Amino acid sequence: MADLRSSRGPDHPAVARRPRRTAARFLVIGVSLALIAAACGGGASQAPASHPPASQPEASLTPTGAAPLGDVTIGSNYSDQVPKDAFAAMLNYCATQTTATPKINTVEHGAFQDSLNSYLQGTPDDVFTWFAGYRMRFFAAQGLATDISDVWATAGSNYTDAFKQASTGDDGKQYFIPMYNYPWVVIYRKSLFAEKGYTVPTTWAEFKTLAAKIQADGLVPLAFADKDGWPAMGTFDILNMRQNGYKFHIDLMAGKEKWTDSRVKDVFNLWKELLPFTQPNALGRTWQEGAQSMINKEAAMYFLGTFAGEQATDPAVHDDLDFFPFPVLGNQWDSELAIDAPIDGLMLSKAPKNPEGAKALLACVATGPAQLEFLKTSPNNVAAAKDADTSGYSPFQKKMAEIIGKSGAIAQFLDRDTRPDFAGGNAMQGFLQTFLNDPNQNLDTFLGTIQSFYDSLPPQ
Amino acid sequence: MTDSVNRGLSKPAAPTRRRLGFPVGQAPADAPRRRRRFSVLTRRDKLLLGLMVGVPTAIHVFFIWIPTIASGILSFTSWNGIGLDRIKFIGLKNYTDLFSGVYPPFWPAIQHNLIWLAVFLFIATPIGIFLAVLLDKEIRGTRVYQSAIYLPVVLSLAIVGFIWQLIYSPDQGLINSLLGTAGTAKAVDWFGNRNVNLWAILVAASWRHIGYIMVLYLAGLKSVDPGLREAASIDGASERQTFFRVVFPVLAPINIVVLVITVIESLRAFDLVFITNRGLNGLELLSVLVTNNIIGEASRVGFGSALAMILLIVSVGPIIYYLTRSLRADAE
Repeated sequence: MADLRSSRGPDHPAVARRPRRTAARFLVIGVSLALIAAACGGGASQAPASHPPASQPEASLTPTGAAPLGDVTIGSNYSDQVPKDAFAAMLNYCATQTTATPKINTVEHGAFQDSLNSYLQGTPDDVFTWFAGYRMRFFAAQGLATDISDVWATAGSNYTDAFKQASTGDDGKQYFIPMYNYPWVVIYRKSLFAEKGYTVPTTWAEFKTLAAKIQADGLVPLAFADKDGWPAMGTFDILNMRQNGYKFHIDLMAGKEKWTDSRVKDVFNLWKELLPFTQPNALGRTWQEGAQSMINKEAAMYFLGTFAGEQATDPAVHDDLDFFPFPVLGNQWDSELAIDAPIDGLMLSKAPKNPEGAKALLACVATGPAQLEFLKTSPNNVAAAKDADTSGYSPFQKKMAEIIGKSGAIAQFLDRDTRPDFAGGNAMQGFLQTFLNDPNQNLDTFLGTIQSFYDSLPPQ
Repeated sequence: MTDSVNRGLSKPAAPTRRRLGFPVGQAPADAPRRRRRFSVLTRRDKLLLGLMVGVPTAIHVFFIWIPTIASGILSFTSWNGIGLDRIKFIGLKNYTDLFSGVYPPFWPAIQHNLIWLAVFLFIATPIGIFLAVLLDKEIRGTRVYQSAIYLPVVLSLAIVGFIWQLIYSPDQGLINSLLGTAGTAKAVDWFGNRNVNLWAILVAASWRHIGYIMVLYLAGLKSVDPGLREAASIDGASERQTFFRVVFPVLAPINIVVLVITVIESLRAFDLVFITNRGLNGLELLSVLVTNNIIGEASRVGFGSALAMILLIVSVGPIIYYLTRSLRADAE
């Protein structure tokens, strides 16, 4: 285009203008083709490689005397602005603490998750963001992640055993560095409880008595929503762990226990005791609407992750929110107090180009000050490291840390604790909705369907 | 077959008909030489024709046939999408799992697809045709009605989904608010109750489909020779007789198009359901099951391919049937 124009001479306006218009047209076509290509085939496998780093920390302060460790690429799923800034802030901090230079490649959250399979098989970044639990162990077992036990050897003292357990692969080695987590708890409004004279229940009996009292007051005791299919998984998790303990729950998720086990049936029977107190029409309601009804004081309590607080946009209302761990049933698992507290963190890909640099960064991320850099920008979670200075926490965060700290075992959430083809849309999500749709159906038939579906999945 | 093709071509080039490249019964031995000598097509024409036929064919084969055949082959395998070496042939297991009910959403999905087809075929499409006939009468404000009825087709499906969400929501929705049940225990959960949600979503889908059919049919009606109607009315035919005995048969080509579109639209139904609740809880459709199994982390590529093959067979069957019938009718 350009030489065509110059050969005719720019002094001839009519000639000069035309190629420019054509060029513009080509540009438009080119851009739209690129957009279409990006929309259709934009798997994360190419995306992190072809896109320029979304954000780069400023020049690192290289401690004198040591050879710099060079660039470390990091595949990130923090595509929303708040966590994206938080993640960059944390790595900026680590760039000053180590001689490695982090380069972040951000991919849209859902796309990252959906295409992780192919991304890890291609040419992944050195480090990538992921979740603890079965899905972490799955990728480790497929040989798509590198063992970082050596990082854990030094950083391990900074984590509780629960975190170590959640970071360990099937082979007993560690593959994951936790950054932060958040608990699933019963959330309520302090002002409503004070006004009506409700007290926080700790046992199942107290919980049901309170629920009956709330119902008599004309309120919904427990908000509930499962339109998206996954929130009900949290209820199943906590009931199973309270009833049967963490070990059984995790073994069930891993396929070592059967769904047809009478202990699973107990869980659904327990759930049936709860259902008269939960909000009706849950299958047509999103968790946002559920949280809203609790915030509007139509429902007194809501069992959800603490992210429900995001719905309280008014800071005064947010300060009025409080929560307590799900009540205990009065059995041998009372002291265990297992909860769902999904952990987000980092993993090392199978063949990192810069393993030393990556490990140095991971070791830095495993420290409290680095994690606090993240939480400063995104205060909806609590740091995973023990040495994080919690004095700057909001009361909401302090309570989260307290509840997680008291838990003897931490589960990740049903869809992070089991194989992905079992947890997904038309599988476990659908089964739980089938139960909620008709809780009085024959539970043996229902659980038999789940087990035979699990058995039909290919061996891993 | 060649007859009908030749009939069209022979008119402008009647004298050279035999040499056009359609050997119509001449001796095969000297045919190629003679054809080359007297061909009306220059080498350039042939190259151009070759390109014009070849490029689309190549694209068609590459983007349609190869993926289709690959899906067919994958449907007999188990594969989690990690590494080609992990593709394992498992025979008919995917299909037997589907038909034996191990995968509970399958039969409901088939049933919902058929209900969808029946509602479109017997309710939505006739209403669309009826509206087209009414609007063809040039009643006052016909353009306003036309645009109002066609509007849903122009809207993006994400917006259509959102609009109906606002109408159906149990807590804040329009219908429940009008009934005075919004936010109460008596509220009808239109999208959440699996006894009603398929019908609720069919209302939304029909709302869109009716407009589409209306415009298609209206265009057809405009092309009907007014003389036919005049003749019918002179012969004393009533409105109804004129439509069913004269106009409807004359519009046979449009009817076929409308029919094929209705069948395709109802079998490929996906978007509204996926926007509403990703095909869970009473809204299972074959297309959504395919997506849920193949895309996303589940990565049951083989199983999803088996579902896709069933959807392919179900949709190609009626379409081939109608197209061959209509082509044969044309040839006669």
